[in-house]
Amino acid sequence: MITLQHLYILTGLIFAAFAILSARDRTNGKRFGNAAFWALVATSFFVGDLLGDLGNGVLVLILVALAGFGALGRGNTPTTSVEERAASSARRGNKLFLPALIIPLTALVGTLVFKDSGWIDPKQVTVISLGAGVLLALAACYAWLRPPVLAPLDEGRRLMDQVGWAAILPQMLAALGAVFALAGVGQVVGGIAGRVLPEGSLIAAILVYAIGMAAFTLIMGNAFAAFPVMMAAVGLPILIHHFHGDPAAVAAIGMLAGFCGTLMTPMAANFNIVPAALLDLKDRNAVVKAQVGTALPLLACNIALIYFLAF
Amino acid sequence: MTYLPLLGILIVVLGFALRLNPLLVVTISAIATGLIAGKPLLVVIAAFGKAFNDNRFVTIIWILLPVIGLLERYGLQQRARTLIGGMKRATVGRLLIAYLLFRQITASMGLTSVAGQAQTVRPLVAPMAEAAAEVQRPALDEAGRERVKAFAAATDNVGLFFGEDIFIAIGSILLMVGFLKQSGIVLAPLDLSVYAIPSAICAFLIHGARLLWLDRTLASPSARMGRGTTEGGGGVEGPGASEPPLHHPAGGPPPHASHGEAEG
Repeated sequence: MITLQHLYILTGLIFAAFAILSARDRTNGKRFGNAAFWALVATSFFVGDLLGDLGNGVLVLILVALAGFGALGRGNTPTTSVEERAASSARRGNKLFLPALIIPLTALVGTLVFKDSGWIDPKQVTVISLGAGVLLALAACYAWLRPPVLAPLDEGRRLMDQVGWAAILPQMLAALGAVFALAGVGQVVGGIAGRVLPEGSLIAAILVYAIGMAAFTLIMGNAFAAFPVMMAAVGLPILIHHFHGDPAAVAAIGMLAGFCGTLMTPMAANFNIVPAALLDLKDRNAVVKAQVGTALPLLACNIALIYFLAF
Repeated sequence: MTYLPLLGILIVVLGFALRLNPLLVVTISAIATGLIAGKPLLVVIAAFGKAFNDNRFVTIIWILLPVIGLLERYGLQQRARTLIGGMKRATVGRLLIAYLLFRQITASMGLTSVAGQAQTVRPLVAPMAEAAAEVQRPALDEAGRERVKAFAAATDNVGLFFGEDIFIAIGSILLMVGFLKQSGIVLAPLDLSVYAIPSAICAFLIHGARLLWLDRTLASPSARMGRGTTEGGGGVEGPGASEPPLHHPAGGPPPHASHGEAEG
């Protein structure tokens, strides 16, 4: 059966290639910093499960030291010029979209076809299909465009250097969440939310619950961390048990109030910071700023929905 | 009860506000939080390392870059621009509303990975939106271009977040079912996911209205593009206002941190 482990090996291979190509890139003054960084990420994908917890901890500390003390740079990899790209685009026409569409299409078809086949881990079938889509798309590109053999990896590394160390920020923040949970940060926040609550007011309780969910998500970058805390502090004892709210509506809409917080925080790096790097935006918070205007009225809607649907 | 465990949060907020390297900030916060909780240093480092290893799947997404980079080498972004530039009636708003709907519907069927920032926004949606903006506003400046691209990324997030919870087997639904079960409330995933539908409709209406508003701003020559979100009160964007060096993503302040520069 194909599992996530196989996908990790593929990912490790790609990062290893990025590392080797980085080391050879003479246009980047810090090429060995980049090479070391991507090599460590590759190591984590290849043998992370064999390193032991402390070993992984040390690996993380080295990654952070490399990034934190400016060991990563950005090369000037030769690629096609804007004119060459325009010419190629004109010559090949809309067929250029096809290889890009292979990836989502494979993810879609793979999910539907292989979900219960027993060949692919059913929990991970979409991501694994996505990985298969990458390989299919690459094969199609080689057959049709006949690029230089290393071109996909060169171009991939060019984009990877543009993202830089931000590539692992989402993973780091997820790990921080785990340490916060270990230290009981959630209980402290939940305690505060429980204490600011005036007794006997349903509307005040809904406000504390929903805004607390969004605010705690804003801090943690993840509604999954906020949900158990706010639910245990306010949702369960007050909204459900005291005011007899419908548990399904309280829980489901409360989670979505948390998602409004996700739209407003740089801590949700994979959604809010990584795109800014991918799109080469000058303002790293541009995506958050574009989202605040949607998130705040939507939070108000969710508060109203809890009031009308749960009670 | 003591508030000391919250010091880690304070470190994160301060570190982001001071534009220190976020990886460094996150690590210091994790170690400080663990030490305050009374764990020995090596135990904290091991816990952090284990959590890092357990969350590797978050980083898988970068395997897409070779395909996207290769297609860009052969002019994919130019093609996306030509396609939209040739459509007389295409606007940023209409394009992104269509994408929002597509993203919400596919996510609600559990197909959260068929689109995304790396899969679709960078190679297709952002260049298409840019091309439409150039038709709407031939004198599009750099700040306006940034704002259009930021809206392309934002639309993907809104569509994903307010679509995925309609699907019954998504992580957040399973988390809720599990939590409520521990508390003695037994619910089926479907009971929860139907309550995601009204919020999804609200999200479509609110974000859709903002996209149409963006069209109006683009069409009106006097309106300033790329000013701060009128709604968020930030007002920090615009040329020259905040330009952290390229290797300091996340360098800006969290949206609600008060921040001395650039106001006004």
